Amino acid sequence: MSLTNEKIIKMYTRMVTARLLEEMLNEMFNEGMLHGTTHLGIGQEASGVAPCMTLMEGDKITLTHRNHVGCVGIGMDVKKILAEMFGKETGVCGGFGGSMHMVDYEKGNMFANGVVGGGLGIAVGAALKMKYKGEANIVICFMGDGATNEGMFHEALNLASIWKLPIIFFVENNGYAVSMPQYRSMNIRDIEKRAESYGMRSIIVDGNNAIDIYNMTFSAAQSVREGFGPMFIESKTYRICGHSRSDIEQLYRNQKEIDYWLAKCPIKRLEEYMLKNNIAKSEMLKEINTQIMDELKQAVLYAQNSLEPSLENIGKYVYAK
Amino acid sequence: MKEITYREAINEALAEEMTRDENVILMGEDIGLYGGNFQVTKDLILKFGDNRVMDTPVSEAVIAGCAVGAAMSGLRPVIETMFSDFVTLMMDNLVNQAAKIHYMSAGEISVPMVLRLPVGCGTGAGAQHSQSPEAWLCHVPGLKVVFPSNPYEAKGLLKAAIRDDNPVVFCEHKMLYPTAGSVPEEEYIIPLSQANIVKKGTSLTMIAYGYSVQKCLVAAMQLKPKGIDIEVIDLRTLHPLDEDTILESVKKTGRVIIVHEAVKTGGVGAEISALIAEKAFSYLKAPILRIAGMDIPVPFNKTMEQACVPQILDIKKAAERMMRR
Ligand SMILES: Cc1ncc(C[n+]2csc(CCOP(=O)(O)OP(=O)(O)O)c2C)c(N)n1
Ligand SMILES: [Mg+2]
Repeated sequence: MSLTNEKIIKMYTRMVTARLLEEMLNEMFNEGMLHGTTHLGIGQEASGVAPCMTLMEGDKITLTHRNHVGCVGIGMDVKKILAEMFGKETGVCGGFGGSMHMVDYEKGNMFANGVVGGGLGIAVGAALKMKYKGEANIVICFMGDGATNEGMFHEALNLASIWKLPIIFFVENNGYAVSMPQYRSMNIRDIEKRAESYGMRSIIVDGNNAIDIYNMTFSAAQSVREGFGPMFIESKTYRICGHSRSDIEQLYRNQKEIDYWLAKCPIKRLEEYMLKNNIAKSEMLKEINTQIMDELKQAVLYAQNSLEPSLENIGKYVYAK
Repeated sequence: MKEITYREAINEALAEEMTRDENVILMGEDIGLYGGNFQVTKDLILKFGDNRVMDTPVSEAVIAGCAVGAAMSGLRPVIETMFSDFVTLMMDNLVNQAAKIHYMSAGEISVPMVLRLPVGCGTGAGAQHSQSPEAWLCHVPGLKVVFPSNPYEAKGLLKAAIRDDNPVVFCEHKMLYPTAGSVPEEEYIIPLSQANIVKKGTSLTMIAYGYSVQKCLVAAMQLKPKGIDIEVIDLRTLHPLDEDTILESVKKTGRVIIVHEAVKTGGVGAEISALIAEKAFSYLKAPILRIAGMDIPVPFNKTMEQACVPQILDIKKAAERMMRR
C-alpha cells in the first residue's frame, strides 16, 4: 500500500502533536506542575511516528523510557497521556505508571519500559504468540542505541532469528545513551551490523525523514508478515533536548552539533515535502497546528480537572483477580 | 568538622581511597564527565583520569562481571548502577560469582569489590526506578550489605567497604544525597558490622537504617516531651548483622519497632524480628512491630508514592500505641 496523501497528513498531524505535547510538558515541568522526570523525544518525531503508521489492526509495539512520541504515533489519546503525566486516575495507567510507562494495549502499545533493553524479551514473546496462533500480525520493538549494548539485546535477536518470529527491532539511534556517545560505546559505526551476526536482515534509514522511514518500514513489515523472519532497522536520528530533566550541563556535546540536527528537523522536512508535492498548502498546515494546540490545551484542562486515584486502591493491582 | 552533603561525602571517600590505593578504580554508566546520574562521582575523572574513572556502555551484566574478575586479580573496583533497580541485571555475577568464589576456592581467592546502589523512592520515577532491593542481597551468604544514614556515616562506611576483602553492596538513599551533615577534617573509618546507637533511650528501641534513621530520630525528638524516651539504633550494616547491639538494647527497653522503606515481606525487619524472638523473647513487654514499605510496587502518583512507605507520623503513632499497651 503506497503512502496516500491522507496518511501523510495523519502522520504529520501525529508528529506535530508529539512535538507540541512535549514542548508543553517541558514548560509544565519547569513551572513545577509535574512530579517525577521525563525523557523528551523532540527531534525524533519521524523515527517514533512513521513506523507506527505502517501498523495494522492487531499489531503491537513496545516502547522505552522515551516513549511519548511513540504513544502519539500509535494514536493514543493525548488527554489520557497528559492525565498520566499528572498522576491522575484518568491517565493511561491510572496514575500508577508515569512518564516512562505509558501503556495502551488496545491501541497496540503493550508496554513502555523504564529498564533499558527491558522491552526486548517482551516483544519477542508477543511475536511468539502471533506465530503460535498463526496471526498475520507483527511486533515493532523500539529501542535506543544504548539498549543494543545490553546482554538482552543479543539474546533477543538470536532467539527471534532462530525461531523466525514476526518482529522488527527498530533502533532509534540518536547518537547518545545519556552522556555516552555511540562511538565510545561500540567499535562499529552502524549498529545494523549487529543484526548480521544473528542472520537477520537489516536496513538503515534516515531517521529524520518520515517518508523514507514509512516506506522502508512498510516493506520490511510486509516481508516479516509473510513469514520471512525478523528484521532490524537502524534509524539514524538525534535527541535535541537533554537526556532527562537532570541532564542540564550537557558537557558531552556542543551547540554546533545540536544546530546541525536542528536544521534537519523531521517536521520541517515533512512540511517541505508536503508543500512541494501539493499534498497540503501552508494554510492547511497552519490550521492543523492551531487545531492541535487547541486540543492539547483542552487535554491539559482535562488532566488537571481529573481526580487523583483513590488511596484505597493503592494495592488493588498487585495481583490479577 | 565541616558541613558536607551525603553525595559529597561519598565523593570524598572515593577520592581519598583512590589517592591512597592505585588499585581502586571506578566503573559505571555516565560516571565520568557527566558525574554520575546523581552527581556522586563529579569531577573524579578530572582528578584521576579516564583510566581510573571508566564510563561503560549500558551493560550492567558485564560491569558486574568485569568487577568480579578485576577484583579476583588484585584491583579494588567500585562500580555504580544508575538506579538500584538494575541490580537485577547484575545478579548472576553478584550471587553466583562474587559471593561464592572465596568460599568455593577454600579461601584462596577473594573478591574485594564494592557495588554502589542508589536506592529508594520519593523522586516520582515510577516502579522500575524506586525500589529498595537491599533485602534480596542480604539473603546471599558471602555478600556484605551496608546502608549509611547520613554524610558522616556514608564517608566512613564507604572507606571501610573499599578496604574490605569481600564483595560489599553499598546502598545510598536518593533522598539523602542533598542532605548535609558534619564530617571530620581528618581521616576516619567506620567498621562494618557494627551498629550505632544514635540516640540513647529507655522506653522503646527503634531499629532502622538509611533514610529511615532520620525519620526515626525526628519521631523520637517529637515524642520526648510526651515522656517517651526512644533509643534509636542505626544498623549501618544490614548483613552480617551486629546482633549484640540489637539484643542489648531490646533487653534494656523490652519494646522494639523496626522501620524500613523496603517492602515488609521478607525484609530486613523480618530477620531482625526473628533474631529478637529467638534470643531475647523473654525480655519483650510488647509484640515486635515492623513499620515497612507496603507490599506493592512503588506507584507513580505522588500521594500514593508517599503513602506506600513509612512516614514520621506513622512511626510516632506506632510508638505511642506501643507505649499505651
Ligand atoms: C538497565 C538500565 N540501565 C540503565 C538505565 C538508566 N538509563 C536510562 S536511559 C539510559 C540511556 C539509554 O540510551 P538509549 O538506549 O540510546 O536511549 P535514549 O535515551 O537515547 O533514547 C540509561 C543508561 C536504565 N533505565 N536501565
Ligand atoms: Mg540513544
